[in-house]
Amino acid sequence: MGIILILAPISVAIGLAGLAAFWWTLRNGQYDDPAGDAARILMDDSDNQIH
Amino acid sequence: MALTYDLGRAPDLSAFLRKDKDGTANLDLLVKGARCAACMSKIETAIAGLPDVAAARLNLTEGRLSVRFGGARGDAGRVIDTLDKLGYPATPFDPAKAMEAHDKESRRLILALAVAGFGAGNAMMFSVPVWAGLFGQELGPATRSVMLWLSAIVATPCALYAGLPFFESAWRSLKAGRANMDVPISIGVILTLFISFVETFLNGRDAYFDAAVSLLFLLLIGRWLDHRLRARARSAAADLLALQAPAATVLGTDGLERIKPLSEVAVGDRILVRPGERIPVDGFVEDGVSELDNALLTGETTPVDLRPGDTCRAGSVNLTGQLRILAIARSEDSAVAAIARLVEAGAQTKSLYVRLADKAASIYVPVIHSMAALTLFGGLAYGLGPRESLLRAAALLIITCPCALGLAVPAVQITASARLFRKGVLVKSGAALERLAEVDHVVFDKTGVLTEGRPRLIEAPASAIALAAPLARTSAHPLARALAAQAGPGPRATEVIETAGQGVEGLIEGQRVRLGRASFVGLEGVRAGDTELWFASEDDTPIRFRFSDQLRPDAAQTIADLRSLGLTVEILSGDLEGPVSRAAQTLHVDHWRSGQTPQDKAAAIDELTAQGRKVLMVGDGLNDTAALAKAHAAMAPGGALDASQNAADLVFSGKALSAVADSIRVARAARSRALENFGFSAVYNVGAIPLAMLGFVNPLIAALAMSGSSLVVTLNALRMHGAGKN
Repeated sequence: MGIILILAPISVAIGLAGLAAFWWTLRNGQYDDPAGDAARILMDDSDNQIH
Repeated sequence: MALTYDLGRAPDLSAFLRKDKDGTANLDLLVKGARCAACMSKIETAIAGLPDVAAARLNLTEGRLSVRFGGARGDAGRVIDTLDKLGYPATPFDPAKAMEAHDKESRRLILALAVAGFGAGNAMMFSVPVWAGLFGQELGPATRSVMLWLSAIVATPCALYAGLPFFESAWRSLKAGRANMDVPISIGVILTLFISFVETFLNGRDAYFDAAVSLLFLLLIGRWLDHRLRARARSAAADLLALQAPAATVLGTDGLERIKPLSEVAVGDRILVRPGERIPVDGFVEDGVSELDNALLTGETTPVDLRPGDTCRAGSVNLTGQLRILAIARSEDSAVAAIARLVEAGAQTKSLYVRLADKAASIYVPVIHSMAALTLFGGLAYGLGPRESLLRAAALLIITCPCALGLAVPAVQITASARLFRKGVLVKSGAALERLAEVDHVVFDKTGVLTEGRPRLIEAPASAIALAAPLARTSAHPLARALAAQAGPGPRATEVIETAGQGVEGLIEGQRVRLGRASFVGLEGVRAGDTELWFASEDDTPIRFRFSDQLRPDAAQTIADLRSLGLTVEILSGDLEGPVSRAAQTLHVDHWRSGQTPQDKAAAIDELTAQGRKVLMVGDGLNDTAALAKAHAAMAPGGALDASQNAADLVFSGKALSAVADSIRVARAARSRALENFGFSAVYNVGAIPLAMLGFVNPLIAALAMSGSSLVVTLNALRMHGAGKN
């Protein structure tokens, strides 16, 4: 029983961390241009960023 | 329409610059033709290399280029010019505020989906031990209570957040005195949470925390799919709008050229219209001789001559000479605006269309709610006690959840439109597919729809084509272009002089030659056919080239296909009787009308609708837009005027008219899949309701039934992938 009380919050916290990471990627605009990002990885330089 | 600029005196485009918070100028451009990594790198490097540009970034998915200048001012003309030289025509546009709001809505739905996913997974983690306890009774009461409370702590905030889109929509609908699908969803979720809390507190039998969140999770998938479908089409439509209202080159009193957004053009402004540009507002020609292409405005295939003193209408394309016109109407008062009002009226009647899912909801909501009420009051009357009766009513609301219903239509429609998208057809909304499936009569415009919309060489001596081609390549006139296209690439004539409305003259291998009207090559008294060109070298007899607007190669096949689908076909054209009757005869279409004005076409559609027909209008011109908006469903080819593409439900690109028949097949298949899904949901509910009433439903059964039914519906929707094949 005791171990559950420790592990359960930890597992929820890990889940929350995942949710927060997803929220960050969404805010960061990482889903705005999937086609461009797929192509950009092939380019040598990408220093002309506009956010 | 690509704007073209002369080097050296690039006009002032500063109206399109957008100021950042820190005062630097930004420019947003729609770039056509950028499709690959190489294009992206070429464009970004070239633009970022311009002296006053700080950074440039291309959004490849949407074809948008954001340019940030170094200071508060920037030379937008040079950016566009550079892009043009790279081979990518670009247009400045103003990212509409509506679009941004729309994007916010999309993010909110995704976030709600993520939260619901998190909540469902983690609440389920605490529910599984409780479910396991249902069978073996191995769980001690204290542990069980802890699990339920943990489940409540995780699920409740998630359900409240993820449910917001539904709660808000339900509230709006209730305030308007109607009940949409979100009403039972909201009542179900809130009631379930409440009862689960009570049960947990009293250490009772069942708690449905995980069910409430997973219900929302499944529903949000459907909601998001539907939103995505509309968002894609809406962004396409917004791009078209942005393109449609580009700008006019206004000549200032100081003699300088200024590019002004159309809305700022005033009566009395002097406007410069270069060959290839569209007339921006109704005007009076002050200077210049040219020909006007009215094809998109009226459906006439032959160009009209224009001289100083003539009036020209907004929307037609200036073909050969540069014109200076005096604006006699503002953009919103121009001839186009009258048509725009007809379009609006049509769009309003369309918005009255009741979608399949809403029809289903109007049956579903009262049935389910009276069943739940029956369970509650029946239980009370039977002596079950308020707690058990309420629990059973809540279980009924949860297990008959409209997940399957909420997913049934969006899942089908997104697969159907993805399928059509691969065939080059853009579907603007789910409702459009539903309407298209109901169509029983097809009305075609002729020019640009049944025909290719541009002249093609049909009669000429073979040797003469090569002779005249070098001169034809130098002209932008549609007939000369058709001749050049027939000849293929090759040398160009030199020392070319183009006389607007007459023809071109130039040197080929030292010989002075002329290409143009009969009178231009010195033939008098020959009936001046507009769809012919004459070519003459200094002393030879002139040679005649005849052109005609050819039918699309698959037009006859498409019409046969449509007939085999049980549809009747009709042609409404603004063109003259001769060409229309010829086209109708070749295609074996008995019903056709020629010389139709935009109002005639709209009236014809109204007439058909009054007879109870469900009409699909396929048209491309400005003269079709009102009819497109009024028809039950509408399609426009990709080459159509932007206004027509906006009025249409579906836009097909490419040369194949067969897209029309294909789209109808896919729409019909989508409709049957959706109806099958509704049928399945009905059968499922007929089984589930008695179980819930009799109290046989526990949280495990609810979870299995909910996800099971959603899975079946989704799999059935995926069968769409095979639909619409011949």
